[in-house]
Amino acid sequence: MSEAAMLRLEQVTVDFDGFKAINDLSLTIPSGSMTVVIGPNGAGKSTMCDTIIGRVRPTAGRVLFHGEEIQRLAEHRIVGRGICRKFQTPGVLIGLSVIDNLAIAAMRDRRWWRSFTRAGEEEARAKAEAVLEQVGLADRRDALAGNLSHGEKQWLEIGMVVATDAELLLLDEPTAGMGAAESSQTAQIIRTLVGRHAVLVIDHDIDFVSQLEGHVVVLHQGALLREGTLDEIRRDEEVAAIYLGRAK
Amino acid sequence: MLNLPFKTIGGGAALLLAILAPWLLSAYDLNLLGRFLALSLSAMGLVLLWGEGGILSLGQGVFFGLGGYLLAMHLKLDGLGAGELPDFMTWSGVTALPWWWAPFRNPLVTILGVLLVPAAIGAGFSWLMFRRRIGGVYFALITQALALVFATLLISQQGTTGGFNGLTDYHNLMGLNLNDEGVTRGIYWLTLALVATAYFALRWLLSSRFGKLLRASRDGSNRLRFLGYDPTPYKVVAFSVAAVLTGVSGAMFTLHAGVVSPALVGVVPSIEMVIWVAIGGRTYLVGGIVGALLVNFAKDKISTALPELWLYALGLLFILAVTAFPRGIVGEFEGERRFKPARLGDMFARWRAGRATS
Ligand SMILES: Nc1ncnc2c1ncn2[C@@H]1O[C@H](COP(=O)(O)OP(=O)(O)OP(=O)(O)O)[C@@H](O)[C@H]1O
Ligand SMILES: [Mg+2]
Repeated sequence: MSEAAMLRLEQVTVDFDGFKAINDLSLTIPSGSMTVVIGPNGAGKSTMCDTIIGRVRPTAGRVLFHGEEIQRLAEHRIVGRGICRKFQTPGVLIGLSVIDNLAIAAMRDRRWWRSFTRAGEEEARAKAEAVLEQVGLADRRDALAGNLSHGEKQWLEIGMVVATDAELLLLDEPTAGMGAAESSQTAQIIRTLVGRHAVLVIDHDIDFVSQLEGHVVVLHQGALLREGTLDEIRRDEEVAAIYLGRAK
Repeated sequence: MLNLPFKTIGGGAALLLAILAPWLLSAYDLNLLGRFLALSLSAMGLVLLWGEGGILSLGQGVFFGLGGYLLAMHLKLDGLGAGELPDFMTWSGVTALPWWWAPFRNPLVTILGVLLVPAAIGAGFSWLMFRRRIGGVYFALITQALALVFATLLISQQGTTGGFNGLTDYHNLMGLNLNDEGVTRGIYWLTLALVATAYFALRWLLSSRFGKLLRASRDGSNRLRFLGYDPTPYKVVAFSVAAVLTGVSGAMFTLHAGVVSPALVGVVPSIEMVIWVAIGGRTYLVGGIVGALLVNFAKDKISTALPELWLYALGLLFILAVTAFPRGIVGEFEGERRFKPARLGDMFARWRAGRATS
């Protein structure tokens, strides 16, 4: 399969009772790349992720992963193909320890009848321990995920997405609720993922976005407004008018 | 704070006392203990289903009834000659044994029935529900409706189910006299052995990856889905296992009580089961046992002394358990750091802190 077309959205439209949250959007994400999606509130960024991951079904258009149409697959099957997503509000498994959260994410064999056996657990544990270091939660290893701080939950959820070893990671506002120091730590974590994974990050914070050094895509009213490097986007007057200008 | 050796010693002592109970208790109290131990099987099923799986069922009485009635059908047929009918059928003018009674003449079929009928119905029903992502309050209400329908059906079929009075007045099981002291003790020990087996089997189940995934599906079915798991089978297995335990619970209770009737399977008894577990500690298997025993002994004492008071006492206990002690009696004694539900957790934490410093 050609590198250039790991994930393709083809003229995707998502219609919520007449309101087009995504409007005829086409987008390509190459493997191993870093894409940053920005856009004002309600631009459709989260809905785009929802569509890729199967939480929302497109009204029109296709989502292709390595050339296969995935827009009708069940959610867990899409994940099985190699796409994993972090939600805007962290959704860690609060009743389990940090390491168990990661180990469950890291399990390769997710068929239920295998869950009575220990098969594959060692490998998953090893992966979980490695990711634990990677996201800087080593000292919280055995804490209950429900007792983590907000920032720690964000990192744990990034860790869970990474632990699945999916080819494409979708990170929806990974720095929500974080201070500047935590944000740049997060940016550092995310930068280490590129190459092994393709990463798509949604965020509002321009400082954070600039640290990611990715290809920037601007969404506006459910459609693609611009794409390019951050500098190109920054110089764009139309973007400034709808988004950056207001943020400054 | 409890540590492991203490728990092991305490648990061992309790088990030893339970084994020796036939020599320590009066026949009346032994019978009560046997009944309530049988009920604790249902309670442990709810710990798995509700405490660990987050699935509230208000219809466990259905499975309890299936187990109880299937066994009672065998007991009614035991000792009857070919062509003879159970007494209540004759009184109702039924002239031939219904086809669905006939297989339960055989004790082996009966045992299999007690296990497999709840398993099959539980699996089929819960698969239909969970596949459609029905959960929470809707699921609880549907199960409650099921309990109502089941009890109503039993009452309406006087001729084949014994109607309102249910099935009672049987004395023999596989050639044994159920009123014989040795036999009642044997049945008591059998119940105890089943409770112990269920306890250890569930402990194993909950410590496996299955248990973690079940807990994960409680905390976030969607999160699990987006990690690539289908949460449905975990919930279906939990529901089916609970159904089997509840069926066995009903069968054993019927043996001890000498009767099974619609009053034991409808909406109220189904809700009572949930209350035992809430009071004992819904995320602890021991909590299920403790809750079933304590609440039912209290019920026996209070309702003989002041019958009209019992329902209020039960309601009060339940409210107390849900508001002030969401982790139940066993949770209160448990030193483990557990995630406290945020709702009333703060009030609870303050109360605990105050108690710790005083
Ligand atoms: N399930 C839904 N039903 C109806 N409207 C929806 C639904 N989900 C999202 N929307 C609407 O679609 C639009 C796009 O929402 P979306 O969450 O994708 O925006 P976003 O770009 O992620 O915004 P934010 O920066 O605030 O997270 C919004 O106007 C939102 O109200
Ligand atoms: Mg969003």
